[in-house]
Amino acid sequence: MNALATDAPSGMNKRKQRPQPTRRTLELFLLVLALGVTALADYLVSSSVGASSNDTSWITHVVVLGALGLGVNISLRLWAKYADPFILPVVVALNGIGLAMIHRLDLASTSAAGSNAATSQLLYTGLGMVCAVVVMWIIRDHRVLRRFTYVWLAASVVLLVLPLVPGLGAGTINGANIWIRIGSFSLQPGEFAKITLALFFASYLGSKRDLILLAGRKIGPLQLPRARDLGPMLVAWAVALGVLVFQRDLGSAIMFFGLFMVMIYVATGRVSWIVIGLVLMAVGAAAAMMFMGHVQRRVNVWLNAFDPSVYEAKGGSLQIVQGLFAMANGGMVGTGLGGGQPYRIPVAKSDMIYASLGEELGLIGMLAVVCLFLILISRGIRAALGARDSFGKLLGTGLSFILALQFFVVTAGVLRVMPLTGLATPFLAAGGSALLANWILVSLLLLISHNARRPSTGGGTLSTTEQGIIDRKVEAKRAQEAGDAGPGAPARPLTGGENA
Amino acid sequence: MAPLVLTLLRFGFLALVWVLVLVVIFSLRRDLGVGQRTRVASAETERRGRKAPAPAPAAAVAVESAPRPASELVVLAGSRAGTVIPLGASPLLLGRAQEANLVLDDDYSSGRHARLFPQGSRWFLEDLGSTNGTFIDDAPLTRAQPVEPGQRIRIGKTVMELRP
Repeated sequence: MNALATDAPSGMNKRKQRPQPTRRTLELFLLVLALGVTALADYLVSSSVGASSNDTSWITHVVVLGALGLGVNISLRLWAKYADPFILPVVVALNGIGLAMIHRLDLASTSAAGSNAATSQLLYTGLGMVCAVVVMWIIRDHRVLRRFTYVWLAASVVLLVLPLVPGLGAGTINGANIWIRIGSFSLQPGEFAKITLALFFASYLGSKRDLILLAGRKIGPLQLPRARDLGPMLVAWAVALGVLVFQRDLGSAIMFFGLFMVMIYVATGRVSWIVIGLVLMAVGAAAAMMFMGHVQRRVNVWLNAFDPSVYEAKGGSLQIVQGLFAMANGGMVGTGLGGGQPYRIPVAKSDMIYASLGEELGLIGMLAVVCLFLILISRGIRAALGARDSFGKLLGTGLSFILALQFFVVTAGVLRVMPLTGLATPFLAAGGSALLANWILVSLLLLISHNARRPSTGGGTLSTTEQGIIDRKVEAKRAQEAGDAGPGAPARPLTGGENA
Repeated sequence: MAPLVLTLLRFGFLALVWVLVLVVIFSLRRDLGVGQRTRVASAETERRGRKAPAPAPAAAVAVESAPRPASELVVLAGSRAGTVIPLGASPLLLGRAQEANLVLDDDYSSGRHARLFPQGSRWFLEDLGSTNGTFIDDAPLTRAQPVEPGQRIRIGKTVMELRP
């Protein structure tokens, strides 16, 4: 620091030139550790009862995850070198643990059809990681996504409506109508809609925040926005919920609604939104309870899970109760991978994977898994905090909350904290679409974190001017809109705003 | 495989998962504070503060040859009067927007009103297309312009100046 004292004028330059660590090597180290976790999990599964003595699939799993993880690490070095170093290893570890568990359930499965879920999961993991790299390569800077506000809205609507289109929709599977079938592929477009909806909310709220905050009339302590500012938001919300009512997918409905509330709260910082949202949610929940049979059944199953008649009923509480028994059997340290009987739980590979893991890893193992999720989500929110543009902040928060809500809704369902709803536990559960979508989501988070940690260009003229031009455009548009909004518009001094 | 080895491996797996978790938490501990930049900036001011009572002779020479760069932004008038913001190496956004570094609770300020950024040893002020304009010593800002310590920056009813 003597340099600063002796050479004061250039002190600022000195500080600017101090290189920001990229921490890609730390990422590589953690990645190796994560691969170690995966390898040991897979090895335990392969050497457990039920596997043939020369089951070498664990090598395949580790090699594929390792090679592609290294690929992601290298592409991060190339295109987003300041990205958060913790996200990738944590995701790889979760993905690997999930893969091992699915393989373990495959081995226990007696039917030939149900025994290759791990292969398909591995395929989609690879595809997801390749997609993540491609997304990174194409986008580079998340801010380019900000321009396509209404494209994201349209894409979300199309993706959500697709399963209802006759000929494309695959019909009702497991009580929900959320699949489409193209050739021999089946896909859950709703998994991708969550990303496009987050993109839409982020870009819309990012540019309209001031209008939503300041224009409109005030009723008591609540400041209500003008209808047309909120119009597209309400359209997105109504479409999401409407379609989900028709598709009978409660879990996604909760997630979309939660995402909507989180993003509007983060954008405006108004508690009144939370109040309005909770009231809307209470009304929605009451209506769903009264008019929708399957919601009623789910709540009944949740409240009276141990009632023998509910347990034995078709679509009853067998699933939840078996999950609880499994976790009870696991206890503190678990039965060890390959040592329990998680195959007794219905849909153990997808919706109930938390319970399957709970039996074999025990409370200690599951707490570690929960910690991994907490780290992942907190790193996402950290990236959002550090982001320099409001779009990045909102998008980062939205994407992190998608992961958080998904994990919470499924886990709470399995643990009987709230009614069980069909959602995929991110990265753990078997499900190609969810895995693909989540890897794309992670690549967006990585890009945002790169943007957040990237050393400031020191207000270099280029970036400042560029940002200035963007801001000027936004301001001009805002001023224009405010101009025809009449009194109470934000461009004017707000002294006249009260009597608008 | 021998049951003992299997059991050991199973416990080893639990341990390994926790090792991963703990290593991650250990390596992100220094990142847990919000805003590395603010910390760098405040550490800088702290150092300067300690330096101030006994300035090194070399520093005095440097000050004579060139003005010392400003180290803080002081709000003199307006709703945020009295606020002191340490200046680091990163640009500041001034405006009513919540993400601004200095959030002006001022009816005459725009959401993203102006940007203060360092270049070389000086700080520049740039208006970001605000509705009511930014003024340096009562002259409206038309482009990015250097600000010297002591010059008055006015945004709406808020008056600020840079201090060395």
